[in-house]
Amino acid sequence: MIAHAIFFYTFSIIAVVSAIMVTASKNTVHSVFFLILDFISISCLFIMIGAEFLGMIMLIVYVGAVAVLFLFVVMMLNVAQQKNQWFAGQQSSKHIPVGLIISTLIFVEVIIVIGGWKYKPEIFDINNSIAQTNISNTHSLGQILYTDYIHVFQISGMILLVAMVGAIVLTFRQRSGVKRQSYIKQISRERAEGVEVLEVQSNKGIKIDD
Amino acid sequence: MIDIGLGHYLTLGAVIFSIGVIGIFLNRKNIIVILMSIELILLAVNINLVAFSIYLGDLAGQVFTLFILTVAAAEAAIGLAIIVVYFRNSGTIRVEEIDKLKG
Repeated sequence: MIAHAIFFYTFSIIAVVSAIMVTASKNTVHSVFFLILDFISISCLFIMIGAEFLGMIMLIVYVGAVAVLFLFVVMMLNVAQQKNQWFAGQQSSKHIPVGLIISTLIFVEVIIVIGGWKYKPEIFDINNSIAQTNISNTHSLGQILYTDYIHVFQISGMILLVAMVGAIVLTFRQRSGVKRQSYIKQISRERAEGVEVLEVQSNKGIKIDD
Repeated sequence: MIDIGLGHYLTLGAVIFSIGVIGIFLNRKNIIVILMSIELILLAVNINLVAFSIYLGDLAGQVFTLFILTVAAAEAAIGLAIIVVYFRNSGTIRVEEIDKLKG
């Protein structure tokens, strides 16, 4: 129990500090690195609490894909004007008290909910699919993901497909003035437009124009 | 203090959620950091779902965490694509200068 508490406090303190650094650091690249640190410590917490499949998926999806995507975009855009300042100008500082008040209110509300929430022991017996401890977390998750939640699972696949197509369509750009190979043009070429048979007269030659 | 329960995980989620909201409000320079703050908020929601799923013994919370992960990945991809297109068209991603919609 002591070890559990020590690990929990270590990982959660790292997570909270890196979350603060994501919003507070001046350099956007540093923000992305702190976001990666945040994801890693939260996934360590997930593995520690017993949701090891979700912890690993968090590592793969967030650290491996999303954070690297952020890193690519930050480095692709102009870094020089991305200095991230909290108190940038006079006209922007009027948002700061509003933001602080709203986020403090949200925090207080959630803390009140947590403080007022009581354990109800009868809840524990409703849908006790984790109770069979002889199968692993991944096994039991797969057992209900592919049976009870199969439609939602397929809809989430469709969401990913639509997101992929949307991102490609949004960033696709046709440049003018670039010579590139066009297969449809090459295949649909006819003999009449490629070759021309001319009668060449002696001592006159032919004029080639293209 | 030593006995880690559900309340500890929920408090951690609340703290990270509030930090994400603060990040959205206070950051006035860079729109990429706003997207990262949204990721932080989704992460806090995931912490809540997983903690409840473990302590109530119901696996539905972890399944929904998977779907939230899917939606977060799609949202990050679309948002970053929009940012790239906007930067290509107007040459800036500073929050104060993005006022085309006159909101």
